[in-house]
Amino acid sequence: MTSATLESPGAVAVPAPPASLLTVRSLRKRYRSGDKVLEVLRGVDFDLAPGEFVSVIGQSGSGKSTLLHLMGLLDGADAGSVHLAGRRIDDLPGRDRDRLRNTDIGMVFQAYHLLPELTALENVLAPLMVRHGLWAWCRERSEARRQATDLLKRFGLGERLHHKPRQLSGGEMQRVAIARALVGGPRLLLADEPTGNLDAESGGGILDVLAALNRSEGLSIVLVTHDASIARRADRIVRLVAGRVETA
Amino acid sequence: MYKLLLCWRYLRTRWIALASVISVTLGVATMIVVNAVMAGFSHEMQTRIHGILSDLVFESHSLSGFQDPAWHMEEIRRAAGDDVVGMTPTVAVPAMLNYQVRGQWITRQVMLIGIDEATHAGVSDFGRYLQHPANRGQLSFELREGGYDTVDSQAGGEEPTRPALEGAGWPHRRMRVERERLWREKLEADRATDPAGGDRASGGGEPVRSVDRQVDAVLAATDAAAREAAVEPPARPADPFRQARPAEQGTRMDPAKEQFTGAVPGIGLASFRDASGTDRFLVLPGDDVKVTFPTAGTPPKAISDTFTVVDFYESKMSEYDSNFVFVPIATLQKMRGMIDPQSGLASVNSIQIKLRSGADLDVVRDRLRKAFPADLYAVATWKDKQGPLLAAVDMEMAVLNILLFLIIAVAGFGILAIFFMIVVEKTRDIGILKSLGARAAGIAGIFLGYGLFLGLVGAGAGLALGLAIAANINRIRAGVEWCTGQRVFDPSIYYFFKIPTIIDPLTVGWIVAGAVGIAVASSVLPALRAARLQPVEALRHD
Ligand SMILES: Nc1ncnc2c1ncn2[C@@H]1O[C@H](COP(=O)(O)OP(=O)(O)O)[C@@H](O)[C@H]1O
Ligand SMILES: [Mg+2]
Repeated sequence: MTSATLESPGAVAVPAPPASLLTVRSLRKRYRSGDKVLEVLRGVDFDLAPGEFVSVIGQSGSGKSTLLHLMGLLDGADAGSVHLAGRRIDDLPGRDRDRLRNTDIGMVFQAYHLLPELTALENVLAPLMVRHGLWAWCRERSEARRQATDLLKRFGLGERLHHKPRQLSGGEMQRVAIARALVGGPRLLLADEPTGNLDAESGGGILDVLAALNRSEGLSIVLVTHDASIARRADRIVRLVAGRVETA
Repeated sequence: MYKLLLCWRYLRTRWIALASVISVTLGVATMIVVNAVMAGFSHEMQTRIHGILSDLVFESHSLSGFQDPAWHMEEIRRAAGDDVVGMTPTVAVPAMLNYQVRGQWITRQVMLIGIDEATHAGVSDFGRYLQHPANRGQLSFELREGGYDTVDSQAGGEEPTRPALEGAGWPHRRMRVERERLWREKLEADRATDPAGGDRASGGGEPVRSVDRQVDAVLAATDAAAREAAVEPPARPADPFRQARPAEQGTRMDPAKEQFTGAVPGIGLASFRDASGTDRFLVLPGDDVKVTFPTAGTPPKAISDTFTVVDFYESKMSEYDSNFVFVPIATLQKMRGMIDPQSGLASVNSIQIKLRSGADLDVVRDRLRKAFPADLYAVATWKDKQGPLLAAVDMEMAVLNILLFLIIAVAGFGILAIFFMIVVEKTRDIGILKSLGARAAGIAGIFLGYGLFLGLVGAGAGLALGLAIAANINRIRAGVEWCTGQRVFDPSIYYFFKIPTIIDPLTVGWIVAGAVGIAVASSVLPALRAARLQPVEALRHD
């Protein structure tokens, strides 16, 4: 729709590609538990350029996950806006938000969040299955499988395709989760403490994978962590303090 | 697509959900079996009743009946038009049947029905229910020389269940008369030698006399039951009917060559079925019975006469088989004084009417009701006659169905509870799917599909089980009877050998659809709950 409007002959000037892939403006979020109101985000402004790798650092409970969920459209903010590639996405109807989550945004979590009943390969295929209906899936199946297998092989899981999550180590599970986040071809990867449950070595492996993706494919990444040493792997670090973002 | 995969994977790991399937299965199977048996009974009963009653019954309210059945038939034919294909007059009066078994007089309350032997079988299945093949073709009130069925002609089967009918007819009658004669002679001989009276016990040392040997020879030729009857003390009480029939005193007949007026009692009046399924007869064709009934005058007087049993009537409706006695209508009319001495016109109680197949009974009935004054005549279809009974069966079926459907509803609640459990257990997975872009409807679809699957499996298994049980119900019954030693189904009550079943595809369809519907319906609430889960909440859930 957007591109059709842009290319229409009536358009006077083609705007320059947005300098920012993800734009967050004055985002506010408060949680209400009983009488107590906890104001977690108090006007967050945040920009992510295409191909950028940014770390968001903050103390535990500072609202990093909350921010990431808002950017990933898993939750609604109380105020403020989120734009993806110049288009406002936080006020879209549920259906469109579902589609954006499926196609444009990949997410990785601290607790991996793999589906325990599915094998590694099936977990990676899940976003594509969600995307396609039954008939489309029958058509796309072999291509999708090839793509998912390639991704898993690239992450060193060629031998683990048909293992269930509980048969995998933490580092392996997180790599499956990253493959799942990538298989739909997103423009943006949101990672919420992806190394939080891992030992230093496998955590380092995960960070290497993310860095490599950013470098070789120009994938835009937001990495949330409370660990300054991990945050340093990114191009840029922002700090979440008292519900606001300040550049480190 | 993910829905199918996940449904399948959940199923494989959640056998507990299949437990609720079992109750769906049992519910469906029970409903199918019960409906099949009820429909079978109902159908069996309807055919029986319809076989006994003609399509329409035209009757007078009074016990004395109405005169000139021929004129009435003309009128009926005129009113009903071409729909009438057969008519026969009948006379029905309440009566008492008496016969002697081993010296004891047995009395049964019966409905004595005078029928026209030529036309009666034409309006109902009357002919089919008789025990002599020739009578099934054309009824005759003349005693037959033999050839009565020893095998139940309606139930089929190889094994003769009625061995006693082997010698029934004239041979039995001759044998009986001979036996009675010998006893009488023996009695007289006893009296001659021992004037104190036939006290044989006191004369234990007496040599065997030739008459005893003669009696023994005759007895040996008869069956065991008859012998038992014969060795009873011969001092029969004086025939209480002798005084009741002064007119017969003068006429001497030879019972070995002649018979009284023929009568066809219901088989239930003359026999009972023992534990092995064999019918034991108290009276056989060839025996004489006494019938007492009221005359047509006012006030009615009781009169009695002797009839010779010539056949048995077996409609397999015990209510009728132990109640009806059929005799020739002309004789009954004469005995009851239903023939007008001046005009010579006879009266009848009712006219049985058979309509062509496909005719609307209710329409013809209403036409006849209009044509005849309602204060004198009643017109009813066979269904009207048995209305309360048929309605009771329908009612019973409806109540049973409601109760059984509740079983399936209970299974539905089981599914509901288990699904809620699964939703709680799978909250995190639901959040993951949502974070991957799954739509709420898709999530709900997983649970609805799951419910549908459980319903289909449960109902399908129930369908198979139910049909299998219904098809083999008699074998199962035999098995249960063998195991418990208890009679589950007593053929002597129902006069069926088998439990009848009818599978109505429409009913079965409704049952299966209902069960699947309940399974899906009970997954709706958990599905909605799953669909409404907030992804963030779900993901934070550990
Ligand atoms: N659903 C909720 N209801 C109430 N409080 C919440 C909820 N989710 C998060 N919080 C609170 O908001 C704060 C920020 O949480 P979170 O974004 O998870 O922090 P971080 O990821 O930085 O550790 C915490 O104090 C947390 O307890
Ligand atoms: Mg967090």
